[in-house]
Amino acid sequence: MSDAILRVEHLTMRFGGLVAVNDLSFDARRGDITAVIGPNGAGKTTVFNCITGFYKPTQGRITMRQKGGAEFLLERLPDFRIARTAKVARTFQNIRLFSGMTVLENLLVAQHNPLMAASGWSIGGILGLPSYWRAEKQAIEKAAYWLDKCGLTDRADDPAGDLAYGPQRALEIARAMCTEPELLCLDEPAAGLNPRESLVLNELLRFIRREHGTSLLLIEHDMSVVMEISDHVVVLDYGTKISDGTPSQVREDPKVIAAYLGVDDSEVEKVEAEVGL
Amino acid sequence: MPLDTARAAPSPVARAVKDALFAALVAAGVFGPLLAFKTTQDMQNRLIVEPRWDLLAVVVLLVWAGRFLLSLWQARVRPETTAAIGTHLVWGLIPQSIRLVIRNGLPPAALVALFVYPMMILSLTGGGGALKWIDNFGIQILIYVMLAWGLNIVVGLAGLLDLGYVAFYAVGAYAYALIATKVIPATFPGLGVWAFWICLPIAGILAAFWGVLLGFPVLRLRGDYLAIVTLAFGEIIRLVLINWTDFSNGYEGISTIPRPSFFGIPFNASDTGFAATFGLEFSPVYRTIFLYYVIVCLALLTAWVSNRLRRLPVGRAWEALREDEIACRSLGINTVNTKLTAFAIGAMFGGFAGSFFAARQGFISPESFTFMESAVILAIVVLGGMGSLIGTAIAAVAMIGGTELLRELDWMKAIFGPQFDPVQYRMLIFGFAMVVIMVWKPRGFVSTRMPTAFLKSRRAVSSAHVKEGHG
Repeated sequence: MSDAILRVEHLTMRFGGLVAVNDLSFDARRGDITAVIGPNGAGKTTVFNCITGFYKPTQGRITMRQKGGAEFLLERLPDFRIARTAKVARTFQNIRLFSGMTVLENLLVAQHNPLMAASGWSIGGILGLPSYWRAEKQAIEKAAYWLDKCGLTDRADDPAGDLAYGPQRALEIARAMCTEPELLCLDEPAAGLNPRESLVLNELLRFIRREHGTSLLLIEHDMSVVMEISDHVVVLDYGTKISDGTPSQVREDPKVIAAYLGVDDSEVEKVEAEVGL
Repeated sequence: MPLDTARAAPSPVARAVKDALFAALVAAGVFGPLLAFKTTQDMQNRLIVEPRWDLLAVVVLLVWAGRFLLSLWQARVRPETTAAIGTHLVWGLIPQSIRLVIRNGLPPAALVALFVYPMMILSLTGGGGALKWIDNFGIQILIYVMLAWGLNIVVGLAGLLDLGYVAFYAVGAYAYALIATKVIPATFPGLGVWAFWICLPIAGILAAFWGVLLGFPVLRLRGDYLAIVTLAFGEIIRLVLINWTDFSNGYEGISTIPRPSFFGIPFNASDTGFAATFGLEFSPVYRTIFLYYVIVCLALLTAWVSNRLRRLPVGRAWEALREDEIACRSLGINTVNTKLTAFAIGAMFGGFAGSFFAARQGFISPESFTFMESAVILAIVVLGGMGSLIGTAIAAVAMIGGTELLRELDWMKAIFGPQFDPVQYRMLIFGFAMVVIMVWKPRGFVSTRMPTAFLKSRRAVSSAHVKEGHG
């Protein structure tokens, strides 16, 4: 069980005097769906930004181990290399699509690096070598595959900014998957989705893990998603890990309940009964 | 909605009057001190104030009337439809099938027109007149079309606001001028006639190099900050050219720059010249026509390359960069390289254009590379609709051709008196035209964006979604 795809060790992130993440260590196992939860301001997104290179952690080590055994120290890589070389993709809490480009183009931008190589770093592409057009055709096929999986095939030629909120979330996941990641980090994928869309999302995430062998790391507030699909939950509060285990272990943990409901340990049972846990 | 219109309906005229009164008040405040008092010297050489209330009244009245009409018109037309009106007036009357023919046939027709233009002018006006029309209108406009297409890569596609584009134009021009007048005669004098064709690629490469050099320090800047640094870069290049006299001959500039040859055959009256070789009577118009075709080819090369690049991963990465840089990085795109290639390729076309400019003028000085040029090129890109090649070309024709046309308005002297020079009003008309166009079409002539790939059908993306780029 120690086949960790991502190992976070003693991660600390300080912004001036504020300690956003304090000595955090956890493992995300290969093939698992690992959820990072915690109340608002607990430092979840900061952890994500450290893993995906948008922040350089003050201290600590983040090791990504790929299927082939290659290891990458993510805190040392620039952000675009984390996606390109270490194969860690991410989505954003506030959706970041290329809104003026079509849905299909969004997915083609995600395949930038293989296409760039196929175009001979643009030189072959400018000369119109057939190898590039073949590569582009394959890229469009791959994009079409993911559009089909997200139910967006009919919207392929519409601008991404025209999509409703739910489909935009799905498109962002599809776009991240087009980079062929081994680890997919999702920052609140279910935020703003209605219950039906949430169910579809759960299905999509399960599909990604099952068919593509991609491990998932997600931040989530929606407990129905967390408890439903995750294999492993890490709970943060004030930048510190307060619990780590399976969903059922975590939901029984008095520390977690206290953190979420803000009550003394002695009153936990009473509150639990009230909210029907 | 009915409630809304009922409340708004009785008052459009009243509102327009109120609006116009307010505008007139502002105008009185602004123009009062400027127009109402004129200081002159009387017979005793004393300074006296001469009131001009009548002039002020005319101006204020004009403002009132203009604002009144504008408000009335705006009240009749809902704001969101104002943009569509111009298009509707023309398009609405034409049946669908003919519209399609026009839309598909326009680019080839424009191309043909571009190629027959000098012949047409030549046959219409004959020798002397043709020179002016081909040079001032044809070549001048095409230089700006090319510059605008080059800048369009940086500003329109990659969304990096560059106010110093003229620097690369200058680099290209000086590269050609210095190599052709100093380096080639000193090293390979035999290559003299080929100077232009050798220097053209060198000028492009040098400009691209300077583009990268500018790109490095501004990588982390965005929006206004980027604009200021690029503006400063343009000024630095100009000031260096002015002050480093040993290198660039300062204000005096560089003269007797060799003119381009017809692939080795010079355009002169000698026995080996162009006219003699082809059995024609010598005339300066051949060189002008040749220069015209050179710039047509250079401009088309720019268009073709930027159109191709847009469909390649690097072009998509530029546009993605304009839309969202952070998302780009999360997808493994090296934004540093992407930005630098945009700067380099945009600068390269600026360098080509500069080299051509030097060859056409035969003389260059730092005067030609002021901030005003950058501003005009940027204005063309913005007016044309950022990212659109056709829109940009239309804007260049309108702006540069419009300026040149003002020189042709001599008949206006008959109305306004012999002192009237329409060229003096160029900037006023420009400013006014830009305000009108920006109100009518805030995102430029062609504000939609054509996707670079499609699954089922290619549909234009409305400008509402396309970001303008903030560096």
